[in-house]
Amino acid sequence: MEPEYLEKELLIRGTEINYLFICKTKLWYFAKGITMEQESDFVDLGKFLHEKSYFGEEKEVQIGTINIDFIKRKNIIEIHEVKKGKSMEKAHEIQALYYLYYLKRYGIEAKAILNYPKLREIKEIILDGREGEVEGAIKEVEKIKSMPNPPKPKKSKICKKCSYYELCWI
Amino acid sequence: MRKKALTLFSDGYLFRKENTLYFENVNGKKPLAIEGIYDIYIYGKVSISSQALHFLAQKGIALHFFNHYGYYDGSFYPRESLHSGDLVVKQAEHYLNPEKRLNLAKLFVIGGAKNIEKNLSKFGVKVKFDDFLEELNDAEKITEVMNIEGRMREEYYKFWDETLPDEFKIIKRTRRPPQNEMNALISFLNSRLYPTIISELYNTQLTPTISYLHEPSERRFSLALDLSEIFKPIIADRIANRLVKQRIIKKEHFRDDLNGVLLNDDGKKIVLRAFNEEMEKSVKHPTLKKNVTKKRLIRLEAYKLIKHLTGQKEYEPLIAWF
Repeated sequence: MEPEYLEKELLIRGTEINYLFICKTKLWYFAKGITMEQESDFVDLGKFLHEKSYFGEEKEVQIGTINIDFIKRKNIIEIHEVKKGKSMEKAHEIQALYYLYYLKRYGIEAKAILNYPKLREIKEIILDGREGEVEGAIKEVEKIKSMPNPPKPKKSKICKKCSYYELCWI
Repeated sequence: MRKKALTLFSDGYLFRKENTLYFENVNGKKPLAIEGIYDIYIYGKVSISSQALHFLAQKGIALHFFNHYGYYDGSFYPRESLHSGDLVVKQAEHYLNPEKRLNLAKLFVIGGAKNIEKNLSKFGVKVKFDDFLEELNDAEKITEVMNIEGRMREEYYKFWDETLPDEFKIIKRTRRPPQNEMNALISFLNSRLYPTIISELYNTQLTPTISYLHEPSERRFSLALDLSEIFKPIIADRIANRLVKQRIIKKEHFRDDLNGVLLNDDGKKIVLRAFNEEMEKSVKHPTLKKNVTKKRLIRLEAYKLIKHLTGQKEYEPLIAWF
């Protein structure tokens, strides 16, 4: 049997798609390997939340460039992402859509669930009809990653909580 | 929790038992809270178990070793965890391009010069280094920049001497061995500052071996030497100045040795305490609009360099406003 190849490999990571809707400067630095996560208390909290929740699931499932928090196998595969709060909801949603889009290219039909354990809420995401949104985001991410210099940062209320705050505003 | 530098001054044994790091000496065994340690400075004769080193590497904690005379010997620099191929390429590009390299080299010296001026004015000497700065502006080679820096530093010590008590005059800067007390004090402080800068660079994606003012072959972490031009005056020199003028450090804290004049153990302890306190002191940052420690200023300088290298913003050296 002929092995199947994807027309074009998707090399973008879920986090990069997510950052597109949070901050383009952060996306550029992150994509170039200039990361700040090692010092962020918020990231520590996220990891803790993740470690202490959802026992018995398949956790941290790495498929190509995407890393899914956990998976449930029901009649349809459910991929789960765990998030702290809803302030970045749009970014969470596009990340989930990207994962579904990614899996679909491997012929895997799935739906995504965003889990907000602190809010005791979940949100279901399905890809149908939203492929265009994902493709637009992919193009945009690729454009930013190909820029020789980082985009100028824009001051916003989320800057203060961002681990890149000092790098951007020094 | 803010992580702090840990200084081990006494002789002893550093080891790991389960998930705890211990230091054992004649006074007994003491557990060390690993999450609160930023880096470790070892002055005593300390044995370390390989398990302790594995643990420190896992936590990304660097260890810096000093010899019997208090001089920096070297570091246990855990396998680097922060990589950015793009940044390494840009760092190298700025080294290989003569114009870009010269520009950065000058900026380090200009920063040093302005901080020296600021120090002198704090010491009560009004002097401007305009001539040096003009010369610097016209310099076309790294060697010229180095030469101007050297002459300016000589001038600095001459003016500084005017304010120092007789028994603590620098007269002439001598290293390894230092010929008098003030030289010994400055050398000891610089020896402590250098690995602090190395630790900060370790926590960024900058490659510490690619430098601009100093040749990358000069020392393993030559980028730390470049940054030390900015920080020696505002950290080491200020502490030295304060310690002798407030008579906290006295003649009795030194000893004559075949290797010149050196701080004795009491002297070293006093200086290290002053250094650690100084690094934890906060100043209000004018552009970030928040308090940052003196130590953090080193990291911020590294960030400014990253921004320069990635074309985000031209590097402007830190000029002390405090």
